[in-house]
Amino acid sequence: MKVKELVLNQYSGRVYKNRKDHIIEVEEGIDPVQPITANTRALPGIMTNRGCCYAGCKGVVLGPVKDVLTITHGPIGCGFYSWGTRRNKANVESGENFIQYCFSTDMQESDIVFGGEKKLRQAIDEAMSMFSPKGIFICSTCPVGLIGDDIHAVAAEAEEKYGITCVAFSCEGYKGVSQSGGHHIANNGLMRRVIGTGDKEINSKFKVNLLGEYNIGGDGWETERILKRIGYDVVSIFTGDGSFEDISNAHKADLNLVMCHRSINYIAEMMHTKYGTDWLKVNFIGIESTVQTLRDIAKFFDDPELYARTEEVIADELASIEEERAYYRTKLSGKTAALYVGGSRAHHYQSLLADFGVSTVLAGYEFAHRDDYEGRQVLDGLKEDADSKNIESITVEADPEKYRVFLTKERYEKLKNEIPLESYNGMIRDMKTGSYVVDDLNHFETEEFVRLLEPDIFFSGVKDKYVVQKAGVLSKQLHSYDYSGPYSGFNGSIIFARDLVMGLYTPAWNYVTPPWKNQSTLQAALAAGGEM
Amino acid sequence: MRQVAIYGKGGIGKSTTTQNLTAGLGEMGNKIMIVGCDPKADSTRLVLGGLAQQTVLDTLREEGEDIELDLVMKYGFANIKCVESGGPEPGVGCAGRGIITSIGLLERLGAYDDDLDYVFYDVLGDVVCGGFAMPIREGKAQEIYIVASGEMMALYAANNISKGIQKYAKTGGVRLGGIICNSRKVDGEAELVEAFAKELGSQMIHFVPRDNMVQRAEIHKKTVIDFEPECGQADEYRALAQKIQNNQLFVIPKPLTQERLEELLMEHGILDL
Repeated sequence: MKVKELVLNQYSGRVYKNRKDHIIEVEEGIDPVQPITANTRALPGIMTNRGCCYAGCKGVVLGPVKDVLTITHGPIGCGFYSWGTRRNKANVESGENFIQYCFSTDMQESDIVFGGEKKLRQAIDEAMSMFSPKGIFICSTCPVGLIGDDIHAVAAEAEEKYGITCVAFSCEGYKGVSQSGGHHIANNGLMRRVIGTGDKEINSKFKVNLLGEYNIGGDGWETERILKRIGYDVVSIFTGDGSFEDISNAHKADLNLVMCHRSINYIAEMMHTKYGTDWLKVNFIGIESTVQTLRDIAKFFDDPELYARTEEVIADELASIEEERAYYRTKLSGKTAALYVGGSRAHHYQSLLADFGVSTVLAGYEFAHRDDYEGRQVLDGLKEDADSKNIESITVEADPEKYRVFLTKERYEKLKNEIPLESYNGMIRDMKTGSYVVDDLNHFETEEFVRLLEPDIFFSGVKDKYVVQKAGVLSKQLHSYDYSGPYSGFNGSIIFARDLVMGLYTPAWNYVTPPWKNQSTLQAALAAGGEM
Repeated sequence: MRQVAIYGKGGIGKSTTTQNLTAGLGEMGNKIMIVGCDPKADSTRLVLGGLAQQTVLDTLREEGEDIELDLVMKYGFANIKCVESGGPEPGVGCAGRGIITSIGLLERLGAYDDDLDYVFYDVLGDVVCGGFAMPIREGKAQEIYIVASGEMMALYAANNISKGIQKYAKTGGVRLGGIICNSRKVDGEAELVEAFAKELGSQMIHFVPRDNMVQRAEIHKKTVIDFEPECGQADEYRALAQKIQNNQLFVIPKPLTQERLEELLMEHGILDL
């Protein structure tokens, strides 16, 4: 029997019916690719790993902006558990860095009964007097939506009172089916209130933004290092080590480089419409994919010097890691991996694993939509359900003053066929026949797939890491990199490989003798009244 | 201790009826506590003679955790204990949560002492959300009386409230004790309300006629029994009190379907008007 059936057959009829469409066994060469059900409600009783709307908005997209003070409006737990867990690193050069802080209004019962606006105002006053940030973001948690605190009015008041930018995000946890709705809400707020408001003169030649890069473990820095080395001007990063001013000037860039398609494609699309900025799907995770991405970007700018510099840097970077790359490949080649992470990472890391000869036997996303699996080709036919409609979707128009196009029409049409310009083909197309794609992989399925597919490494997050580890399988967190990183670019790939080798070749399990190895698992009493 | 909750459409006269009724019960020698569950905190002003009552939630907000029962409980006519839950100003916060908090707090403060014969909850409006159903949840009030009139919307509301009671009857043991008709002088009112109550499986426990005396007493911040003990309206409230004291008919209501309710109104001529 196929692995998929072995897992599904253990479900009741109702669950089976639901889950079977979230799991596919990949068959290469089918076009369009096999459809998968995604971005729908997790079933009751299923132990899902998904997060909430607030987690997506504050935890993922807004949190990493270092010099904006983000206030979590709600009881203390939401603030605490979104404090520093994603290891979004940030530089302190400018002197303004709130990344290490957690700001919360710590709502109590009487704030719920009498409304929390007063406390929010007070929090803003205190924040201003202690830190005087140039911007404040307010993120609401579940009860705020229930009692109807008008956080947008409070934000407007604060702007008037202090002359700062204060943006409120109604990202109550219960909105949508996963954290995905929160990304969208954060994107809308940044688009409406921050992007395009800056008026910094930028006269450099090759201006790019890096979108959907949250600088986990310093990934963004490694990517930026390579880009700068070639000669790109990185105007802004959304939002890892991101600053308010940089983001406000993002519209000055010529090209948006999109890393995490799921969390930031809304901004990429809206900037394309409003400012004419093209976006390119990139992948700086993996050696070959970084090389490919750098060549794609160079093609966009089509500058002879830039082409030459790109090749020069690629050659130099590859040379510097050559020896270690070869060594780690000998150690890792032939291993297998399963990935369950994010709405893009499970795709990105397959390239990096392939660089070292590790094949992916299963990959899944927590909160992705069908386009992340099947490519943006499916977008037109995608039916919006009630859960999606519950998340605001904004439409923008071309800005009469700031709209500009970089490519001529002919060049654009030509490039469309050569590089992933305004397009993303999804994860499934890059996967091998016989591998599995699982949407919203739950704890039961995690254990079952690990048992049946026997991957050498399982990549996910803290929620399931230890379950897998206790099963004797190496488990790495791709949400936080377990205190390591960066894993991006050329140098990052070596750190990644080193971490894997350390994990795979540590004989830790040999030192453990589980109780069932040397103790009887059956206990019995003597029938004739004897003593044990 | 009998715990009684009074529900009914907004403006139907719940607070007025509750206070006049409790005045009657108090006069009979019962020990009573009224818990006002309306953010406006006006459920006890007639019993207290207009005395401004500090609400439980205001006190919680100002005093923090350290609250004495004396701060929030006042004694009024016939030694009736009066407590107001209080709540947020209109359009802010969560009044429903406020009621839950407030009742929980009263319990822990020991407001429900064993000497009490009756606790009355005067609840704002309809059962709009979980908070307003608080008095009928978790075995608090066992008896519900719905104040209604022969007006269509009053009966719609009464029917909806019955749905709420039905829901909690299975888990909390709450029962409907009857419909109190607070007359609006609508044609055929008593018959209609009586028929409606029968369909619910309950009774119209008393028909309180409309009398300007009620308004006059209210202007003087008094219940009718307190203000004009000899008048006919005072006797009506005494009669209501007596019927509630002796009431034996406690049912799980059978709410009417929308069609049946409209049919009933039609039969009694309301929709012909």
